[in-house]
Amino acid sequence: MKGLKIVVLAKQVPDTRNVGKDAMKADGTVNRAALPAIFNPEDLNALEQALRLKDKMAGTTVHILTMGPGRAAEIIREAMFRGADGGYLLSDRAFAGSDTLATSYALTCALKNLSPDLIICGRQAIDGDTAQVGPQVAEKSGLPQITYAEEILECSEKKLKIRRRLERGSEVVEGPVPCVVTVNGSAAPCRPRNARLVMKYKHAKATSEMQEADEDYVTMSAQRPYLKITEWSVNDIQSNPEDLGLSGSPTKVKHIESVVFQAKEAKVMDASDAAIEEMMKELIANHTIG
Amino acid sequence: MNSVFVYCEIEEGVVADVSLELLTKGRTLAGKLGVKLEAVVLGSGLDKIGEQIFPFGVDVLWTGDDKRLYPYTTLPHTSILTGLFKEEKPQIAFMGATSIGRDLGPRVSSALHSGLTADCTSLEIGSFEDPKTKEVYDNLLYQIRPAFGGNIVATIVNPVCRPQMATVREGVMKKEVFNPNHKGEVKKINVAKYLNETDLVIRVIERHIEKSKVNLKAAPIIVAGGYGVGSKENFKLLFELADVLGGEVGASRAAVDAGFVEHERQIGQTGTTVRPKLYIACGISGQIQHTAGMEESSLVIAINNDVNAPINKFADYVITGDLNVVIPKMIQYYKKNSK
Repeated sequence: MKGLKIVVLAKQVPDTRNVGKDAMKADGTVNRAALPAIFNPEDLNALEQALRLKDKMAGTTVHILTMGPGRAAEIIREAMFRGADGGYLLSDRAFAGSDTLATSYALTCALKNLSPDLIICGRQAIDGDTAQVGPQVAEKSGLPQITYAEEILECSEKKLKIRRRLERGSEVVEGPVPCVVTVNGSAAPCRPRNARLVMKYKHAKATSEMQEADEDYVTMSAQRPYLKITEWSVNDIQSNPEDLGLSGSPTKVKHIESVVFQAKEAKVMDASDAAIEEMMKELIANHTIG
Repeated sequence: MNSVFVYCEIEEGVVADVSLELLTKGRTLAGKLGVKLEAVVLGSGLDKIGEQIFPFGVDVLWTGDDKRLYPYTTLPHTSILTGLFKEEKPQIAFMGATSIGRDLGPRVSSALHSGLTADCTSLEIGSFEDPKTKEVYDNLLYQIRPAFGGNIVATIVNPVCRPQMATVREGVMKKEVFNPNHKGEVKKINVAKYLNETDLVIRVIERHIEKSKVNLKAAPIIVAGGYGVGSKENFKLLFELADVLGGEVGASRAAVDAGFVEHERQIGQTGTTVRPKLYIACGISGQIQHTAGMEESSLVIAINNDVNAPINKFADYVITGDLNVVIPKMIQYYKKNSK
C-alpha cells in the first residue's frame, strides 16, 4: 500500500466567538487587531480526520493548504505540531478581495500543483459561515463531494465510507477516491499538540517569514529542509488572472452595517404601547426580527 | 423576462417548509419584478407534488421524476439544475440553507460562475451603483445577511452574473399561501438529457431522518415560557408569537414538569442548549439550571412580573408586566410593520 496523499484546506480566521467590547471601532468598523487570529475550528476537525487516516494507512501524508497573508503560516505550524507533514501557503495581493468563488478558483489552481488523492476541509469558516468553498473546489476540480462528514468510517485507495450529520438525522454514504470531504463541527475534536513535534517544527517558517530571519536561522534551515513551509505567489500557480481576486468575484458588498456592541445594560420598561413599539422598532431595525 | 426560480426540497413526498417559505418570498419578488415564479422539484413519484406547490403562486413547476434522484445526492441534482438554468436563464434562484441546499447551491454556482450568498436573513429588490465604474444596475437582488459572527450585517449584490443565488434558513421567511386555487403549468424535465452515469458515484447506504418538528437548536428566535405562564392555555399565546416571528417555543423545566408543554421543548441543563438571535423569556424566573441553556443568546427579552427576577440580569430588555398584555401588543406591532 502506498498510502494516500491528503491535502487539508484550512483558514486562519479572526475569533468571532470571543468578541469583546473593543472589537468594534468608534466608527463602527470591525477592529481586526483586537480579535485573535485562530485556526478555523471546523478545519481542525478536518485535520483530525486526515491524521486518523495517516495513523491507519502506512505511507499516507497530510499537508495543509491555506490562502491568506504571511501570518497564516501560523496555522500550518500549528497543524505540524499536531501531526501534519507540512504545508503550503498561497499568498499574494492578487487574491485580495476574493469572494468564495474566486477563493475556490485560486485553491483549485494550487491543488493542481499537488494532485492529492483526498481533499479534506472544514464545513465552513466562522468569519463567513458560508460553507461554499469546499463544494466549489470540488466542482472546479471535477471531483465528487461529501459534505457534513462526521466520521470517515472506512477508507482505501479506491473508495471511502463516511457518516454524514444532517440537520434532522444522519446518513452513511460510499464514494470514490479522489474526492472532496467537508467535515462538520460534530466530528471528533483535533488531537492536541505533540511536544516532540513542537520541538521539531517550532522553527518552521514560510518564505516571507524567512526574509526577516537572521543568519544563524538561515544556516539552520538549510540543514533541516523539513523546516521550510512552501509559499506560493500567483506566479507559482497556473491561473487566469481575470478569475482571481475582485475581478473573479461575482458578488459585491453593497454596504455593511455594524451591529453595535455594548455592555449588557438592560432597558427596563413597562407594558405600555409606546414602550413595546419602541422595542419592536429597534428589533426590526437591527435585523433581529423581520 | 427571466424568472425567479426556487429549488424545492422534498422528504418522503412532502415539500420542505423552507421551500414553501422561499416560494412565498419568491412570489412577492417575482410580482415586484413583473416576472414568473418557477419551482423545480427533483425526486421520484412526483405526480401530485403540484398540489403542495401551486397554492404558493407558482406559475411553472418543473419536475424531474426519476428513482435515481431520491434520496438526494449532490451530482445528479447539480447536473440537472445546472443544465436547466443554462437553458432557462433565471435571474434569481433560491434554495433552503439546509444540508441539501448548502451542499447543492455552491456546486451549482461554481458550475455557472454565478454569485451565491449563504444564509440570507432578508431579500429585497433595489439598485446598485458600482463605486468604480459608476455604472448603475437596477432591479438587483439585495442579499442581506449577518457576517463576522453576527457582528455585522452585509448587503451583497451580484451585478453581472446570473442567476443571483441565495440560500435562506428555515423559519427566517414567512410561509403564506398565495391563493389555494392557483394553478400553474407543469413542465417535465427530461432527466436522461442531463444526468450522466458518472453522477452516480456516491451511494447512500443508510439514512435516518428524524420526524421531530421541534428544532430548538436551529431556531433563530425562541419564545420560552416558564411556570409563570400559568397554564397550557396561556402557552398558546407564546406559540402564536413564535409563529408570527418565525421562531420556536421553548420552556423551562418548571413549565415542562407542570405539563404546559412537551419535554422536547425544555431548555437548560437537563434540556437543550440554545444560542438563538433572540430569546424571549416569558414568566421565567431564571434559575441557573435554565440560564445555562440560553445565556449565549444574542439578545434577550424578559417579560416578567418580578422586577428582581434573576433572568433580568441576562436581559437586554426587561418588560415588567403581564405577558397576556405584552405579547398581543408585540404580535400586533410586528404584523403591522414587518415587510
